[in-house]
Amino acid sequence: MDDHNSLSALIVRDTGVQANKCYQCGKCSAGCPLSIEMDIAPSQVMRYLQTGLPEDEEKILRSFSIWLCVSCEMCLSRCPMEIDIPRVMDYMRQESSRRKMNHPKSKRIIAFHKSFLDSVRTTGRLYEIGLVADYKMRTGTLMQDVLTAPGMFTRGKLGLLPEMIKGRKEMKSIFKKSTKKEGEK
Amino acid sequence: MKIGYYPGCSLSGGSKEYHESVIAIAKAFEIELQQVPDWNCCGATAAHNLNKTLSLSLPARILALAEKNGINELLVPCAACYNRLTVTQNELNHDKTLRSEITEVLEMPLSGKIEIINVLQFIQKYIIPSLPEKLTSQFNFKVACYYGCLLVRPQHKVSFDRPEDPQSMDIIAAAAGAVSVDWPFKTECCGAGLSMSRTDTIARLSGKIVREAVERQAEAIVVACPMCQSNLDMRRPEINKVTGMKLDIPVIYITQLLGLSIGLGQKELGLQRHFVPFRLKPVAGKGKADTREEVDANNLTEA
Repeated sequence: MDDHNSLSALIVRDTGVQANKCYQCGKCSAGCPLSIEMDIAPSQVMRYLQTGLPEDEEKILRSFSIWLCVSCEMCLSRCPMEIDIPRVMDYMRQESSRRKMNHPKSKRIIAFHKSFLDSVRTTGRLYEIGLVADYKMRTGTLMQDVLTAPGMFTRGKLGLLPEMIKGRKEMKSIFKKSTKKEGEK
Repeated sequence: MKIGYYPGCSLSGGSKEYHESVIAIAKAFEIELQQVPDWNCCGATAAHNLNKTLSLSLPARILALAEKNGINELLVPCAACYNRLTVTQNELNHDKTLRSEITEVLEMPLSGKIEIINVLQFIQKYIIPSLPEKLTSQFNFKVACYYGCLLVRPQHKVSFDRPEDPQSMDIIAAAAGAVSVDWPFKTECCGAGLSMSRTDTIARLSGKIVREAVERQAEAIVVACPMCQSNLDMRRPEINKVTGMKLDIPVIYITQLLGLSIGLGQKELGLQRHFVPFRLKPVAGKGKADTREEVDANNLTEA
């Protein structure tokens, strides 16, 4: 557990969050709106971090749970030890991607995030039609929401053209530097 | 009176009616909203899921631009943007190393002194004091005020209202004549950004919220977040499928509710843009709807 290479130690170093303070009351798992669909409940994630065993850590990094978490912050709000579990989840997602351990079912969720960020990198803002098209190409879900789109269009909710900000060069630079910085960790 | 305004992507796209109703009430109360020039996306869930530096840099650029343009107080109506901006400013103010890392990425200075306010704080501060003199038509509906996650959590960073059973929106709704129901789903999650990648999850979570509001006899759900609004409203066919019910309760923004109470038109407030249609009640004592409603009814496109 005191192994300085353990995930738990890395989390303390990079975020200051101490998973070892968890005493397994289970309030996070009880309040979590997604725990019913998760393979490992939030309190179990905390426990696996505490053991520090490589096989336990791998269970977290390969889990579907870390991708299902929507950062609603309910767990943190109810945690008697005020452990920032959403922050741990963010950390785990990035670490899982770095180590190429993404759960197979997380593919669509990650594809959505990537399509979203691609749109922001190119235009500076979210371009909804571009996002949906890009997401469909990444996931092959071409027929999804074909019935919703016309409704959005007739209600004036879909802008046909992207809004391009002036600082697009700045955006590219922010993305580039951020990616480099995260890669260095 | 002039304050800063960050609409964010939802309000300039799929949730245009939220922007329209914010603008409409600000105008009615003579508050000038100064948009942050050349604002960018806050990065939302995608950025903090995939890249921490990016998730802080994108909101930081918005704050730096606002500071550069002399904005001291910034209204952020989207609950998700409000959360990202507030959490970013809070984290950078508490960690000097992190702040210098981020300003290096931005190549812009950042003092971290902006007062970031959500739509409920904006209403409390600028609208409520002079609401009584402008109130023309009481909003005589039973409503379920739904706050969602990001306005109230994490409570030690956003420091707004109570994380469980918050009251601010209920008080505002009451000031406009509505009766708010007591219900346990005020801050339950609607499923947020999983709308496209896991629509079934959205239907399950949002379905519980909509059904509970109906069972408590609410006639409208009132929200202050574009993501909540679209999940509860646009995903209604999926919700009805999951719940096995035909739930037709409309989901409106708190700004639309206030707009109606001071006599603004439905179209001006973007009410025709919702998927589940909202209809005003006929005014008591009159056989049919009053003139304003008739005009609005003609303007409304039937869903």
